[in-house]
Amino acid sequence: MYRDFGTIFLFILIGIVLVYVPLLIQRLVAPKNDSPDKLSTYECGEESEGSAWVQFNIRFYVIALIFLIFDVEVVFLFPWAVVFKELGLLAFVEMSIFLLILIVGLAYVWKKGDLDWVKYRVKYAHGRYRKVITEKEGTTVGNP
Amino acid sequence: MGILENRFQDNVVVASMDKLLGWARSTSPWFFQFGLACCAIEMMATAASRYDLMRIGMIPRSSPRQADVMIVAGTVTMKMSLRVKKLYEQMADPKYVIAMGSCATSGGPYWQHGYHVLKGVDLVVPVDVYIPGCPPRPEALIEGLLKLQEKIQADRPLTKKIA
Repeated sequence: MYRDFGTIFLFILIGIVLVYVPLLIQRLVAPKNDSPDKLSTYECGEESEGSAWVQFNIRFYVIALIFLIFDVEVVFLFPWAVVFKELGLLAFVEMSIFLLILIVGLAYVWKKGDLDWVKYRVKYAHGRYRKVITEKEGTTVGNP
Repeated sequence: MGILENRFQDNVVVASMDKLLGWARSTSPWFFQFGLACCAIEMMATAASRYDLMRIGMIPRSSPRQADVMIVAGTVTMKMSLRVKKLYEQMADPKYVIAMGSCATSGGPYWQHGYHVLKGVDLVVPVDVYIPGCPPRPEALIEGLLKLQEKIQADRPLTKKIA
């Protein structure tokens, strides 16, 4: 067993060498003539306009978080499904609990209306959505 | 400048290292495809299977960051010349330029009355190899590229230059 870990250590070592030795060689050999023109952003020969720090819509943030959670869920599901038969009932129950937690999260997100791209109306105005129009009341409060 | 570049007196070891570096640089000069006019068609034909530039180690690149050689293939207009200059600046060192066709070398048919054409790309970037022709045949382009490879091979990157 320790020999196996020795092999892994050897692989890590060779990996580090293979990354840093070429970097060292290029540092020694490669010509370095930096100029403001050379370091400027490549945009097919055009001058770059404005800053790259543009603002994204906050809605992308929620969607990205939700996507990430279910993406990771799938990452766990695939290896579990491959060895499903050997693992038996316990693994099935464990995975069910894991999925249940995520499904509760999905239900929460769904109810909050975060799955709707356009959120001028929300079904239930709780918390941060209190000042937005709700379907029940139909009255305008605050900025939509 | 690089740490080891042009630092050493000429001797056997340095000359051999120079030869090795020259071999490495000259046998894989990836080219920045800079098709501007009809010469670009010949350049594409040269890169395609019949003339096969890959066999002399040349791979077309679309970004100046990955390219060693810029093949300026075609008519460089005044408006384009600024971009040619900027893209040349953005290439990684060591960098080389090939002026392909008579437009890129001298303005070509636009020499006399072409108010909008740059009279030779060497007015904005240093050119290593000029290839005549309107447009040059793929054989001519390959000849030019082989000449460039000879030039890169003859370059002594480590040896001290005599001023």
